[in-house]
Amino acid sequence: MASATSADTFPNMSSLGEAHIDGERRLPAQPTNPVMETRDLNVFYGDFHAVHDVNLAYGRHEITAMIGPSGCGKSTVLRCLNRMNDLIAGAHVEGGVLYHGQDIYEKNVDPIAVRTQIGMVFQKPNPFPKSIYDNIAYGPRVTGMKVDNMDDLVEEALRGAALWDEVKDKLKQSAYGLSGGQQQRLCIARTIATKPDVILMDEPCSALDPIATARVEDLMLELRNEYTIIVVTHNMQQAARVSDRTAFFTARPDETTGNRTGLLVEYDLTSTIFSNPNDKRTEDYISGRFG
Amino acid sequence: MSTNATAGPTGPSSGTGLSAAVDLSPKSRPGERVITTVLQLSAYASIAITFGIIAALIDPVFDFFAEVPFGEFFSFDGRYAVLPLVTATLMVTVIALLVAVPLGLGAALYLSEYASRRARKILKPTVELLAGVPSVVYGFFALTFVTPTLLQEILALEVGFTNALAAGLVLGVMIIPTIASLAEDAFSAVPHAMRQGSLAMGANRMQTSLRVVFPAALSGVAAAVVLGMSRAIGETMIVTLAAGSLKQFSLDPRDGMQTMTGFMATTAGGENPVGSIAYNNLFAVGMLLFVITLVLNLVSISFVRRFRQVY
Repeated sequence: MASATSADTFPNMSSLGEAHIDGERRLPAQPTNPVMETRDLNVFYGDFHAVHDVNLAYGRHEITAMIGPSGCGKSTVLRCLNRMNDLIAGAHVEGGVLYHGQDIYEKNVDPIAVRTQIGMVFQKPNPFPKSIYDNIAYGPRVTGMKVDNMDDLVEEALRGAALWDEVKDKLKQSAYGLSGGQQQRLCIARTIATKPDVILMDEPCSALDPIATARVEDLMLELRNEYTIIVVTHNMQQAARVSDRTAFFTARPDETTGNRTGLLVEYDLTSTIFSNPNDKRTEDYISGRFG
Repeated sequence: MSTNATAGPTGPSSGTGLSAAVDLSPKSRPGERVITTVLQLSAYASIAITFGIIAALIDPVFDFFAEVPFGEFFSFDGRYAVLPLVTATLMVTVIALLVAVPLGLGAALYLSEYASRRARKILKPTVELLAGVPSVVYGFFALTFVTPTLLQEILALEVGFTNALAAGLVLGVMIIPTIASLAEDAFSAVPHAMRQGSLAMGANRMQTSLRVVFPAALSGVAAAVVLGMSRAIGETMIVTLAAGSLKQFSLDPRDGMQTMTGFMATTAGGENPVGSIAYNNLFAVGMLLFVITLVLNLVSISFVRRFRQVY
């Protein structure tokens, strides 16, 4: 069933990759009509060149995974997509980040408006020290969203994040009474309550146990029908399980300074990346031979 | 080793052989005991001193109430009436808090949420420097600048030479650093991830500060305010100088009035012989002040516990 070469290098990976090929989703080789694009994206922290010339297109209603070793710039690229890098002193971006064709780094673009369209879920669950209900209602309230019935919106968001049944009787209780996995799904619910277009996820399962991870992954697959999801992950199996396309990044040391600059190595359908990568570096990383 | 060899495999004596080689018996360490005792004494000293103060207060208080009935003490009129002093204390404390809470919390929020790292590095120690100004200096500042220049000239208020308004305003300035510094610590202790979560939802900085950071730090903020309030109630020099030494019941902050601490400082001046009713009156007022601050501290502790956020 699995091809011999990939079975040799990474036993479970090829079958997981093929699940996508066999599945009903047949995607074009390149995303047509992408929601977001980065064009020659370069990111600097002060003098430090963190990311070099990243060109990526993120397809609508697809899950795009960005993988690679630590320090390869994948999280940095993710944080550029809703201008969260603005919050880091000394961060500076060159090139373009297009959202529906509009560069979000143009002078006349309000980063707050960008973030209402492009939400973010973080590595560690970070609910606010408020009730479950108020955590969900926070986004719609601060963005001045027109809401007919907040109760309905809260229920809808919690159902959307597959959390409603677990919390419907304790909506007024503190979000900190929830388990880590529930907290993370609450953060996803909180994000979808503002009805964004794109959801960015920065290693959303790295603080969760395997069962909670599986639930979040199921949720991601469900959310794909309504949202465009871009996820950074350290976990290659996770990328193989949930994503439609995978971008592999690596870090290259500068010859003179020795600073490591992240760059995009290869971007393709997840099934291709995990079964038949083009680049030797991708293959080495996927097969666990990364040096 | 040689003992072991002779004992052989039966080995009941190998134990004694070992203890001869490796000494595990308890040793006396006199240094350790001395240190423990010294540290213990310093820990218990504060408790002993507190009880000592209460004990010293109690005797004259009993003597006082043996001669002056309760009703006469807790009344607005009369030689031994305490309520005018209590209302005066409340008056200057409320004025002080009206000044210090908005300014102190505003400064704290600016320092933790808006100021650049460099601005914070300069501003925070400067704010804390205000706490080091002796209160007698503040008292003269109230007496020689706030009352004549600020209140009478600039604001054209008809205030007396001593008045509760000037005392309260300057008292407020004095407790700003206490409130600002403690509240800033509380705001800074709120995890950065919480702010990021809020900003990523499309909230602006103001919304993030007021709706996420402030409630998350509420218990610390409450502690800061209560500590500032305790300092204001207990402060003596400013109110003695600026609020005056006329014991009178008034709700007009433009009037001079004597606070509990001001009364005690004036009465302790020396003209009342030990054991006289006037002298014992001092202790009764002191005891009441002690009880008021104690209750305030207990309330604040329970408040802090109740609103403490675990994140």
